[in-house]
Amino acid sequence: MTLNDLITILPLAFLAAWGVLLLLVDLWIPANRKGLTAILAAGGLAVTLGLTLARGQHSLEAFNGMVSVDGFAVFLDVIFLGSGLAGIALAYDYLKRTHIERGEYYSLLLFTVAGMMLMTYANDLVIVFLALELLSLPLYVMAGFARLQLLSEEAALKYFLMGAFSSTFVLYGVALIFGATARTDLPGVVAAVQGGTANPVFFLVGAAMLLVGFGFKSAVMPFHMWAPDVYQGSPSSVTAFMTVGAKAAGFAALLRVFVVAFQSISADMTPILWALAALTMFGGNILAIAQSNIKRMLAYASIAQSGYMLMAFVPYGQGAVLKDTIAAMLFFLVTYSLATLGAWAVVIALEKEENKDLEIADYAGLGRKYPWLGAAMTVFMLSFTGMPLTLGFWGKFYLFSTAVEGGFTGLALVGLLTSLISAYYYLRVVVYMFMKPGEPTLTQDPWIQLTALVSAFLVVALSLFPGPLLDYASAALMLLR
Amino acid sequence: MPLGYYLALSAVMFVIGIVGVLVRRNALIVFMSLELMFNAANLLFVTFAAYYGTIIGQISVFFVMTVAAAEVAVGLALMVAIFRTKHSIDVDQMSSLKG
Repeated sequence: MTLNDLITILPLAFLAAWGVLLLLVDLWIPANRKGLTAILAAGGLAVTLGLTLARGQHSLEAFNGMVSVDGFAVFLDVIFLGSGLAGIALAYDYLKRTHIERGEYYSLLLFTVAGMMLMTYANDLVIVFLALELLSLPLYVMAGFARLQLLSEEAALKYFLMGAFSSTFVLYGVALIFGATARTDLPGVVAAVQGGTANPVFFLVGAAMLLVGFGFKSAVMPFHMWAPDVYQGSPSSVTAFMTVGAKAAGFAALLRVFVVAFQSISADMTPILWALAALTMFGGNILAIAQSNIKRMLAYASIAQSGYMLMAFVPYGQGAVLKDTIAAMLFFLVTYSLATLGAWAVVIALEKEENKDLEIADYAGLGRKYPWLGAAMTVFMLSFTGMPLTLGFWGKFYLFSTAVEGGFTGLALVGLLTSLISAYYYLRVVVYMFMKPGEPTLTQDPWIQLTALVSAFLVVALSLFPGPLLDYASAALMLLR
Repeated sequence: MPLGYYLALSAVMFVIGIVGVLVRRNALIVFMSLELMFNAANLLFVTFAAYYGTIIGQISVFFVMTVAAAEVAVGLALMVAIFRTKHSIDVDQMSSLKG
């Protein structure tokens, strides 16, 4: 390891070291003042964000090409660090209110974000696996953070068993690709495939196993069955962070590996990806209709959103439209992250101890009593549906138009149809909030309300000028490879 | 011995692991099956490393072993926690969350 290597991964190294230090420092912080730990963790994330942004978009390699920090990594890291900051803002009051406030929470969150960042840097399949584990292991613990409550413990065990199961698929896929090409670094794999020295059977099976493994992680149907249970059972502040971060990280890994290394097998992969995307969009949206618990409804909704993101992968073998579809996917990821964090902020604001006030019926009257928060929740629901004047409209518009551009009009129609279906359950929340009588009470924590209102503002404001964000996403992508 | 024997053994280990995860009800046995799957991948790594005469595969195994150890720590802790609350680690009884 040279000094240059360390400078290249400085944001990640700083964040990981800060997380370890925070574990130690936390020992001296008295139990009634854990807010200090939260502030220190947020400060660490803010400094990392500054270091990441200061780096700019030029691409750098380190550790003999095992990691490469480029515009793509920077773009996704900003999403991850932002979701980490929002995760802390949502957790601070929530943990205290539900009597599960312990300092480790913030260190675990920092470790998870470090894993996500490493995932975006990874230029070697072994690093992809290590990053996957670094982001998953702390999340298993966080899912069970409300221990002694059966729901949380059960969610943690299910998440752990299914997560480890998916990790073995990723690992076996990596081993098979290593067997096919004698390399684990992505440029080496590409060179072996192009040079014709790779064993095509091992390579294809390995790629399929990676797809299964990451499909589990990102809750793509039919590998989604853990997601509703885990999202419902985990403490809400963890779920908010998990639905954004863990899913985006799974897609980040899929993106880099597929776009860079698996170009040669796109003809075999495209029909599989088509079917997975269509199944996920249909299944997620239809199952969400039947839910009465808001956490579970949002869980199925987030599965459906995975389907839309997967849509961008379908034409990945067509060089001409590749840049547009992936830029559209990164754009969609931003819209999804903002609306998801905001919606969970509202859920957390309303939730009471012992999982009370989590039914959709509990939202009755919210819009009349708290017009600002009700308006924010409406914005998020409309953005998920893809209504104009919200960022979600542009997210879906770009995704569908690039799918048509790539020659997959049928898939775009599936997307459109399922968006119509989703309007039913998203708008039901709005109807309850504004048209049914009720007297809900909210927590008055400023951080939670700030998260909701800032997200709502961004969802609306950015929708008026979507061009620069899309340009930024495609600029980030130019540097991939 | 030819390469095929090792590959077959690794594939058999992996499939036994999958069946174990899907069929067995005790969380500990499920966990053991997961370890079997990790080791099937390890066997694949060392087999190919020896076949190609490269060190990459053997190094990867060390990473995997370390990660598996970390996973054991987290997994067993979760099982102990749930056993205290529920006095069972039968995955069929984990049914408070459904729908």
